[in-house]
Amino acid sequence: MKAFADLYNRLDATTSSNAKLAALRDYFFAVSPEDAAWAVYFLAGGRPRQLVPTKLLRELTLTVAILPEWLFEESYHAVGDLAETMALLLPESIHTSEEGLAAWVETKLLPLRGLAPEILTLQLIPLLQQLDKRSKLVCIKLITGSFRVGVSRLLVTRALAAVAGIDAKRVAQRLVGYTDLSARPTAAHYLKLIAPVNEEGDERSEGQPYPFFLAHPLQLSTDQFAAAIGSPEQWQVEWKWDGIRAQLVKRDGQLWVWSRGEELVTDHFPELNVLTDCLADGMVIDGELVVWNHGAVNATGQEELKQVQPYALLQQRIGRKTLNSKILGNLPVVILAYDLLEWQGEDWREQPQSARREQLEKIVLACKQPQLQISPLITGESWQDLDRQREASRSLGVEGFMLKRKDARYGVGRTKDVGVWWKWKIDPYTADAVLIYAQTGHGRRASLYTDYTFAVWDSPEDNPNRKLVPFAKAYSGLTDAEMREVDAIIRKTTVEKFGPVRSVTPTMVFELGFEGIALSSRHKSGIAVRFPRMLRWRQDKPVAEADTLQTLQALLPQASRPANKDVA
Amino acid sequence: MDLVIARPEGLYCPPGDFYIDPWRQVERAVITHGHGDHARTGHQHYLSAAAGEGILRKRLGADIDLLSLEYGESINHHGVNLSLHPAGHVLGSAQVRLEYKGEVWVASGDYKVEADGTCAPFESVRCHTFITESTFGLPIYQWQPQNEIFADINQWWQSNADNNRASVLFCYAFGKAQRVLSGLNPHIGPILVHGAVEPLNQVYREAGVNLPATQYVSGMQDKSQIGKSLVLAPPSAQGTPWMKRFGDYSDAFASGWMQLRGTRRRRGVDRGFIMSDHADWPGLQKAIQATGAERVFVTHGQIHPMVRWLCEQGLDAQAFVTEYGEEAAEAEANLSAETEGSPI
Repeated sequence: MKAFADLYNRLDATTSSNAKLAALRDYFFAVSPEDAAWAVYFLAGGRPRQLVPTKLLRELTLTVAILPEWLFEESYHAVGDLAETMALLLPESIHTSEEGLAAWVETKLLPLRGLAPEILTLQLIPLLQQLDKRSKLVCIKLITGSFRVGVSRLLVTRALAAVAGIDAKRVAQRLVGYTDLSARPTAAHYLKLIAPVNEEGDERSEGQPYPFFLAHPLQLSTDQFAAAIGSPEQWQVEWKWDGIRAQLVKRDGQLWVWSRGEELVTDHFPELNVLTDCLADGMVIDGELVVWNHGAVNATGQEELKQVQPYALLQQRIGRKTLNSKILGNLPVVILAYDLLEWQGEDWREQPQSARREQLEKIVLACKQPQLQISPLITGESWQDLDRQREASRSLGVEGFMLKRKDARYGVGRTKDVGVWWKWKIDPYTADAVLIYAQTGHGRRASLYTDYTFAVWDSPEDNPNRKLVPFAKAYSGLTDAEMREVDAIIRKTTVEKFGPVRSVTPTMVFELGFEGIALSSRHKSGIAVRFPRMLRWRQDKPVAEADTLQTLQALLPQASRPANKDVA
Repeated sequence: MDLVIARPEGLYCPPGDFYIDPWRQVERAVITHGHGDHARTGHQHYLSAAAGEGILRKRLGADIDLLSLEYGESINHHGVNLSLHPAGHVLGSAQVRLEYKGEVWVASGDYKVEADGTCAPFESVRCHTFITESTFGLPIYQWQPQNEIFADINQWWQSNADNNRASVLFCYAFGKAQRVLSGLNPHIGPILVHGAVEPLNQVYREAGVNLPATQYVSGMQDKSQIGKSLVLAPPSAQGTPWMKRFGDYSDAFASGWMQLRGTRRRRGVDRGFIMSDHADWPGLQKAIQATGAERVFVTHGQIHPMVRWLCEQGLDAQAFVTEYGEEAAEAEANLSAETEGSPI
């Protein structure tokens, strides 16, 4: 554990990519393949399901450190991280464990899952006593599944490529699915990651998908497009679907469905099994999983798009452990195909976008299953023309357009070297809201008031008795300097403290942006918004001029607006 | 009777008719130490420890009306017997002991219990009522002995020097910088200082504190030595053009706030050295207990947890509302008084 904790500290102690790369390389060279296998798993974002309930960890700390619960809570709110709080409060140990990461995870940590609380406590205390402070922090993070250190998957990939002496893209390919929950990394898995390149193409064994190619935001005004990216004819334009990015892999008579998080989700979408028969072996399709309203099939053209159901419904499906026939019937899923990565067992990613599209259309047409739809193309004479068509996004339940260069190859991750995908998103909904509660943040925002609750007025300004009703929480969008300034104001205008939360005298107005808005019975305001964030601090705006519940309700989709009683 | 009460101007001693570290202009001010939130300009008469006189005159003006007392020396003012005792915080820092009609109160200002060699070590003073700070008043704050921290700092410096990389260490110009200096191993390389730091080094040296030789980067003859050097700079220098002359340097921050990973990451430095001139949690407990006080007032920092904790320990603890080091504000190291002075 010590070697892994040292790696964690080296990674944590620098902001330089090269220094991190060197730390990773040193570690991979120094440790056994078993240990490296687990290190790659954790560093690339893999986390086993929580091994020990958080509550038990807290109680254990109180007992060992002899602290009242409230003091633990105060400490936790100052630190903003449970594992770190525990490592700081538990007595310092003179011991340190040289035993490797794999031995720790496999023989000490994983067996903890499911143990009765009394036994857990008895086992955990001596386990943690074997560790020095830094190892303790890392170990608790592994236990709680909150292990994170400033290393991107790409950096891990590069380090492995350096260790193996092979191309990083090849490693990225092999790494796909490595962190899947059902996977248990072994020495053999690790050695496969860094093995010399095999001419036979063993890379596409079993259900292995390809690394997803990701889009970049296009932040230009429409009249700048032509100069920056050329004419619309060079681009394949599609709607930007609001679903789950997924790959369908069909090989050896079997179908696999992978989500963008590189999680195997085949079992969540049983209705896609019908595609096993119509898709030929050696085929990989990239597309978007969406909930589909099959009932509106008679419509044509753009009307068809109304068959896509809101993301919130898809979420209901992902959240379930078991899928009953009612859910499958009410919330049927289809895949909107937009790319072809493998055909007849051949890697097609080097083919131009237009060729991949052409072949994909043939495949979808031949398949004739409603579960496999093609993501339609949009054409326009000019960018201005496309911009006008894009205005329909909101009513269609999509996020704008995707622009894919027709001659682009399919890249790896967020690369731009072999081609580029742009997301041309519609502007978010906005509202000017008042900050009314604040809470301290986590991680690098620990001990700073950075998590805010925002409210709007419940009625227009002419009502002298109107009140502020909370409707959204947001914590992103401010610069560090703004954050400090807001933090100082919060401390000065605090009305009451409830544990880590402070209520403040309403003085600050922020423009919030959000992607979706829906009625909600769980919120006091009756409204829930999606992805709320701060767009800017409206220091020019007095609190009285913040928006009202009525302005928010006007943003709701037509069908779901509340009856007029509230608006009066 | 209460010998100290909170007034809008600051902590006030009614029988003596004077203030302790007032934040508004008053006639008579007893100053515990020279940090900006305790020593302010504009009072008519000042009283401080003799060891702090140099600092106060440097910061508040050479011509202030200042009476100074040796540690332990006492004077009587309106029947209040007043004496100053080392607080171990920075050079010249003092606890104020007040005695009136058999009642003894001690206002401690800011203090640290570990002795550090750059100022007189903290002295425990018995009293009925103790006024304490609580900057690091949570059990998560527990300091290592300073020789271990110095070893870490020197090791970091050495390994950077081996790679011909300058080591830039950010810390408060008054107190922390001199304490760090006192623990540096000058054999590793040259020690360079920012213009905000050196005048205070001067005051320390004049007070007889032994510090290794320092120089300005502008006065450096052999610029090739920059890669071997350690640079002491105030936090405000971070990200300024002044830093460019050090090339591809490694940076660090020395502060008790570095105890938390989040604060260190927010600082955006490579290393955080956990070194504070305030008492840690065990230090605060030990200091409070040693006074034998039954009543405790908490002035700043983690006020609420400290008050609640002390009450649970059976003491009569309360909070004083003050304008000292607003909670966590120091975490951002934007104390303007600490960052004055121009780079040289």
